[in-house]
Amino acid sequence: MTDSTSMVEIRWHGRGGQGAVTSAKLLAEAAFLSGWKGVTSAPSFGAERRGAPITASTRLDSEPIRIYSQVTSPDIAIVLDDSLLEVGGAATGLKPGATVIVNTTRSAAELGVAGDARVVTADVTGAAQAAGVLVGGNAIVSAAILGSIAKATGVVTMESVESAITHMFNGSAAAKNVEAARIAYECTEGAR
Amino acid sequence: MGTRECGSPISMSKPSAGEAGRTGDWRANRPVMTAQACLAVKKGEVVCQLCWAYCPDACISRGVGPVIDMEYCKGCGICSEVCPANAIEMVPEAAHGVCNVGEGSER
Amino acid sequence: MSDTAIKRTVMAGNEAAATAAKLARVQVIAAYPITPQTSVVEQLSAWVESGELPAEFVTVESEHSALTVCITASTVGARVFTATSANGLAYMTEQVWWAAGARLPIVMCIANRAMAAPWNVLNDQQDSMSVRDAGWIQLYCRDNQEILDTTIQAYRIAEQLHVPVMVCYDGFLLSHTVMPVEVPSAEQVDAYLPPYEPLTVVDPDDPRNIGPVTLADPRANADGVSCHGYMEVRALHQQALLGALETIPAADAEWSELTGREWGGLTWEHLLDDAEVVLVAAGSVGMQLTVAAEALREQGVKAGVLGIRSYRPFPVDALRGKLAGRKLALVFDKALSYGNEGPICGDLKAALYGQPEAPVVFGAVCGLGGRDVTVEQLNDAANRAIADLADGVTDRAADWLNLHL
Ligand code: SF4
Ligand code: SF4
Repeated sequence: MTDSTSMVEIRWHGRGGQGAVTSAKLLAEAAFLSGWKGVTSAPSFGAERRGAPITASTRLDSEPIRIYSQVTSPDIAIVLDDSLLEVGGAATGLKPGATVIVNTTRSAAELGVAGDARVVTADVTGAAQAAGVLVGGNAIVSAAILGSIAKATGVVTMESVESAITHMFNGSAAAKNVEAARIAYECTEGAR
Repeated sequence: MGTRECGSPISMSKPSAGEAGRTGDWRANRPVMTAQACLAVKKGEVVCQLCWAYCPDACISRGVGPVIDMEYCKGCGICSEVCPANAIEMVPEAAHGVCNVGEGSER
Repeated sequence: MSDTAIKRTVMAGNEAAATAAKLARVQVIAAYPITPQTSVVEQLSAWVESGELPAEFVTVESEHSALTVCITASTVGARVFTATSANGLAYMTEQVWWAAGARLPIVMCIANRAMAAPWNVLNDQQDSMSVRDAGWIQLYCRDNQEILDTTIQAYRIAEQLHVPVMVCYDGFLLSHTVMPVEVPSAEQVDAYLPPYEPLTVVDPDDPRNIGPVTLADPRANADGVSCHGYMEVRALHQQALLGALETIPAADAEWSELTGREWGGLTWEHLLDDAEVVLVAAGSVGMQLTVAAEALREQGVKAGVLGIRSYRPFPVDALRGKLAGRKLALVFDKALSYGNEGPICGDLKAALYGQPEAPVVFGAVCGLGGRDVTVEQLNDAANRAIADLADGVTDRAADWLNLHL
């Protein structure tokens, strides 16, 4: 009733400090560059407590978006670490045939996501680590995950992902993040 | 889902474990205590206890040496920072390898 | 970012506000960070630091001081900008009145946030609604493009009338949500905004007191000229605010000639022509109401939306005209005048009082403290109101959406 048939609703599951805000912004820009006219990307609202589960909402459409409420029945759920599948409610409310992208070292079978969702796994943290995207010794997946999204869903092109990353980061940080996204792209299942 | 049971017209919370939910779920790094290094253990008395005093989640109990309740430890690392004996180390909860390029679909 | 060309990109509402201030070539910025306004200040200070924005950025210890700096800078002829939210706005309230009474064309962005206690950093509109009577113009935005365009228009309006303007937009829902925005070129904005000409210029050779004690009655000055008493000053202020009913649409129309974008001036509408049920709101919830109205139409209800862009001045004539002959107006407020009702609802009832063709007006309260407002809830609220009307109800208590008490 409330969404047009072309609208893609995306829900992010991350933890405070994990970079979901950056990810949501990068996806918005990449989507805009990929030709979506309607784009809204809202980070988690309010005080972000480090480590606390957060959700964020992104909507993509062929026309401007007029809905600002949080995404509760996503077409795509992006899970920035697999522990959020249980505690973050990442599998709740998924649309039939939804895609769930999980940053994990485990296999889709091991994760055991209930329902008919297509579960795509990728060790995005490993990709960020390999590319040297580290802050205080921790790998930051905020840009790398875009590679997995591009590969698994096709809602954005890799070219637009790289442009968005280059726009947001400077110099070597941009190069490392682009590299991380490329590695993540390679180690993610392709679009159906 | 009525909220009247809460019983007060104003907003309040208690300084106790669990008020912010199961904060153990927030943890990306876990504090690991080396008992032999702890000043309290060395002395055999309830001394120091800085970790207990500083833990923002009230999830360390006083003792020789102090014990951390991992149900509610959110992994903030403050105990590790304040420990004068470097007896608490923060270690990542999950290990990641280097992404195996090209083998993604088998995962 | 180069200012020379029109640019299409995506940005958050706070960045849109900061970008507008930069394009307006503000000369003095004084602001104190508060969630959810913070990134406006961060962005502007970064631009000042890098030299991209040749302005004076005055760091202050409080919102009260922030507006005080703006007041003094504006008094001596600078184009100034500030922004705040919730308790920050409350803290500067004394100076909010001063800025208006001194007739200074300050533009202030408000990233709307709930008032404490209890502490809450999320969106509603209680903060700006609470200072609606202070003599500022208040414009409410529905998306980030409107934030950018309105902030630029605000300088035009403010400087023409010598009245300060608050550009209000929903915290997080707009302030932090990234969406496509077209950034006008510096050339376009320069063509639209002539340099600021202050009402009084501080001149040591021709000194004067500004805003001195002004007694009730008019007084003769040293030259024997009769000067305003307090009531005359206030009457002129009211005239200026009422004059804004023409200035605001004119500023919007001229902006539209330059950019092709116009925002409706005082009010905006969606599917209103033949609407019998009119959903009324200010800010981003109005956007969601357009989706709700479409859904209601699918259901067979002739529904439309009337959005309030200018809340102060309150567009009484426009609202009377646009609502005449309708069956029902349902007003969604994200604030409350405690002990009475939602501020927009109450104002609308007052505007329609005694009008022969006025619709029944019902109120709804939604989204306080960031409570998520969905299109479904808006739809359900409309259906409840329609059912009440069918039952012959003509007045009722506000419907609180998604309340769990
Ligand atoms: S202070 Fe130590 S025990 Fe307490 S929450 Fe932080 S990491 Fe856990
Ligand atoms: S702060 Fe360190 S030394 Fe002191 S009691 Fe805790 S663990 Fe032992």
